Amino acid sequence: MSTFREWINRLSYFGRRGRFDHEMGDELQFHLETRAAELQESGLSREEALRSAKQEFGSLQLAREDSREAWQFRWLEELASDLRLGFRMLRRNPGFSALAVLCLTLGIGANAAVFSWVEGLLFRPYPAVVHQENLMALTGTAQGETGPAGLSWPDFLDLERNCTLFDSFFVSKIMGTTISIGDRAEHETGSIVSANYFDALGVQPILGRGFEPGEDTGRNAHPVTVISYQLWQGRFKGDSQIIGKTQRLNGVMHTIVGVAPQGFYGTFVGWAMQFWVPASMEEIFEAGGYKLEDRGARWIESYVRLKPGVTAPQAQEELSAVASRLAIEYPLTNRGRGAKLWALWQTPFNNAGTLLPTLGIMLAVVVFVLLIACANVGNLLLVRSFARRHEMSVRAALGAGRARLLKQLLTEGLILSGLAGASGLLVAYWCRHALVVLFPARGGVSMYLPGEIDARVLGLSMGVSLITTLLLGLVPAIQTSKIDLAGALKSEMGGVVGGYGKSWVRSSLVVVQVSLSFVLLVGAGLLMQSLQKIRNGSPGFSTHGVLATVVDLLGAGYDERHARIFQEELMNRVQALPGVESASFARLTPLGYRGYSSSPIAVDGYQVPPEEQPVVEYNEVGPDYFATMGIPLVTGREFSKSDDETGALVAVVNETMANEFWKGKSPLGERVQVKGRWMRVVGVARDSKYGNIREQPKPFFYVSLRQNFSSLITLSIRTPLLPETIASALAREIHALDGNLSPSEVITLREQVDRSTSPQQVAVTLLGVLGGLALLLAAIGLYGVMSYAVSQRTRELGLRMALGAESSDLLNLLMKYGLALTAAGVALGLVVALGLTRLLGNMLYKVGPRDPLAFGAALLVMLLAALAACFVPALRAARTDPMRALREE
Amino acid sequence: MANNEMPQLLPGTLFLLILQTLARGPLHGYAIARRIKDASGNGLEIEDGSLYPALNRMLVKGWVRAEWGTSENNRKARFYRLTAEGRKQLHAEAREFNNLVKSIQLVLRTI
Repeated sequence: MSTFREWINRLSYFGRRGRFDHEMGDELQFHLETRAAELQESGLSREEALRSAKQEFGSLQLAREDSREAWQFRWLEELASDLRLGFRMLRRNPGFSALAVLCLTLGIGANAAVFSWVEGLLFRPYPAVVHQENLMALTGTAQGETGPAGLSWPDFLDLERNCTLFDSFFVSKIMGTTISIGDRAEHETGSIVSANYFDALGVQPILGRGFEPGEDTGRNAHPVTVISYQLWQGRFKGDSQIIGKTQRLNGVMHTIVGVAPQGFYGTFVGWAMQFWVPASMEEIFEAGGYKLEDRGARWIESYVRLKPGVTAPQAQEELSAVASRLAIEYPLTNRGRGAKLWALWQTPFNNAGTLLPTLGIMLAVVVFVLLIACANVGNLLLVRSFARRHEMSVRAALGAGRARLLKQLLTEGLILSGLAGASGLLVAYWCRHALVVLFPARGGVSMYLPGEIDARVLGLSMGVSLITTLLLGLVPAIQTSKIDLAGALKSEMGGVVGGYGKSWVRSSLVVVQVSLSFVLLVGAGLLMQSLQKIRNGSPGFSTHGVLATVVDLLGAGYDERHARIFQEELMNRVQALPGVESASFARLTPLGYRGYSSSPIAVDGYQVPPEEQPVVEYNEVGPDYFATMGIPLVTGREFSKSDDETGALVAVVNETMANEFWKGKSPLGERVQVKGRWMRVVGVARDSKYGNIREQPKPFFYVSLRQNFSSLITLSIRTPLLPETIASALAREIHALDGNLSPSEVITLREQVDRSTSPQQVAVTLLGVLGGLALLLAAIGLYGVMSYAVSQRTRELGLRMALGAESSDLLNLLMKYGLALTAAGVALGLVVALGLTRLLGNMLYKVGPRDPLAFGAALLVMLLAALAACFVPALRAARTDPMRALREE
Repeated sequence: MANNEMPQLLPGTLFLLILQTLARGPLHGYAIARRIKDASGNGLEIEDGSLYPALNRMLVKGWVRAEWGTSENNRKARFYRLTAEGRKQLHAEAREFNNLVKSIQLVLRTI
């Protein structure tokens, strides 16, 4: 039996439905007449014979229908008729339909957009990379720390050599450089990668080749690069002869050996990589010198690809075993060190980790918004179902089964949510790249945060639409299931329908709406307060009146001698600019996005606890750094011009470091060993924030930039002038020194701090927007219920007025009703919020999850919105003309 | 109308009877019912109301084909003809039915 043939046969039926009925009639007629002819032979009259034949046959109609049904896809036909009916109903109320679809579009669209971001950023973050489900991130671990720690290149190689459950290990360390082509210099992000990088990802360059085995070994031995498709198209004008040409990168000529395919952006969530160099070129791009043979230099960021069928715990077990052997073999550098695998969406060294909590909150919030939207549309449907009560009763009386009526209601829900689902996906499609708008560009390079709309996102969104359908269909269904046939038919168009007793469904929907938006308001309030605390908290340096910019001589190809001369010259010129109070160089300014240098340290008289090798971060800073940045010195002095190559090596430590390593004694004049060199402590500086505004106080120190030279540095300027003013003056001075060098963006330190808190800002912005949306939807819901209540009680209100009630009495009565709903909603919301705000976890900063201020503010906003939503319909009711109201029915 | 003295048709045997009836050549609907009634010595009567739906179901499955022709009394009638597919189905169903009957008889005799 071929079912396929059956389908074809059935489909062909659709083309000849009219003829089928006709033929069926002929055939049955023939049957009856043949039988009648037989009966006639046995002596009956023609009429008697025909009547008897018909009687024998039974219901012709039934046989006809059963025969027809044999050909039909029954459910399909019924669905089609339900859909037709549903569309007709919706077309009849275009205003209602548009409002409902709009509400749901917002709800479903917001969900789909967040799904697409989660998919694009967390689950399949690397377009064009094959089998991402087998990829995991790899970091080191350090004893006593739960978070990720760095991993060194030799450790990485040993892990790769000794593990068997992995297809590949590969490194991808983000870095950046200024690329000058023609007269245009632009900062571009790139990666330092292991030679197997492109093979491990399954990415085939469209021109030239990837890296060859061995190209990641040897100090500066392989100056080759693979460039991105965008760089090739944008900066090299799609030059088809590009392979073999050279490009200066951080001062070293690199041969372009390949062009990556379109749509491949490297492996760093948040940024699109523009070029890749093999690890052998590490020294050129990384601060802190040659590190490929230094087991103590933990600088790499890496990934692994598990063999198919290997589970994460198995892989982790093998990895840990190998790492602990390394710890025994190299106790000096590896004691207490391990290695750890992370799911891609938890990758700690890119923006996946940063975005995770934000996306989590967003998911919760959009679900809330969807529920509120559903409640709103449910309410609309409900109000309409009262109007259609009569219709439903008639249909029920005519024999439509309850199931059939329910199906009709669900179909209408399906149409609404289907339309909304389709337009919601459109919204999500437009919002795919919207997330990036919320993140400001850093250092002139904008972030790359794509959403991905794939089968999984489509499926989830469809699921959401279906659940919506159920929710929508359910509301009127609850009401319909109570249809009291006789009662509804008797009461004609239902003057008493919707009295107190029956409005509970609508009222409770509004209560739910109010409570959900109250929760969102509380959440938004808490996050807003956190952001304010973060912004108002002192980072330990001046954020006002200090500007910062980058002076990149490394990318421009300066050698150290020329760079020193240039820096000296530039500093003299900057200090001479009008309005400049002080200026200083440093390798980094705090809260930027590049990493500090770090070094294992030793201190005279400090007993290192066993199993612990103290590693401390430091910054290389020039003369006047502390004065310019506004970081107070507790004792001692800051660096001066004489702390140069020829002077004694000096360091300034922060208070936490002084307390930790010198235990209350003054560290002034004591020695500290940094990267094998002993330095004399000449000052103690107040603690400040270094990498992250929310970090705890930690040991940190400063060394003299002149004694630890770098040609990629920042310039800080203390001045009351605006950044633009300084920027143009600075550009003039830089061009006077080197016509080819392009100046970088000049920003205030305030701006730098704000950029570092962008995840919080994004969360606040999104929660604010969505919270506002929720509030609006809830207010509309409240308004709708109030208006309906008023319209249903016109007669009662008129009667009251006729009996002597004042307008103000009616106003009071109705406001009380509306506010009682609000109060119930707020009470429910309060309970939910008290339970849920904990989940904001470390998005909160110096604000308790039950902060009374946030709760109070949410209450106030909710009340104001409720008052506004109730007042209009209440006022309308209070102005009722009693005579007209009484006459109306 | 079902006759009370008539044995109830075993479920699923209607297709088998129709297929068997058509095995000897094309027939129209009325003739099929007639032939079954006669062949069973008036023991089996197919309800007219279920004959046509059954024929249509068999058309859908492709076991029979229908074409218009002229009946013995010179009227336009719809004739059903067994297809190759239908013949296969007939053999399968007949075998199954025989097995079933044999098994039932075995049980009746043994116990």
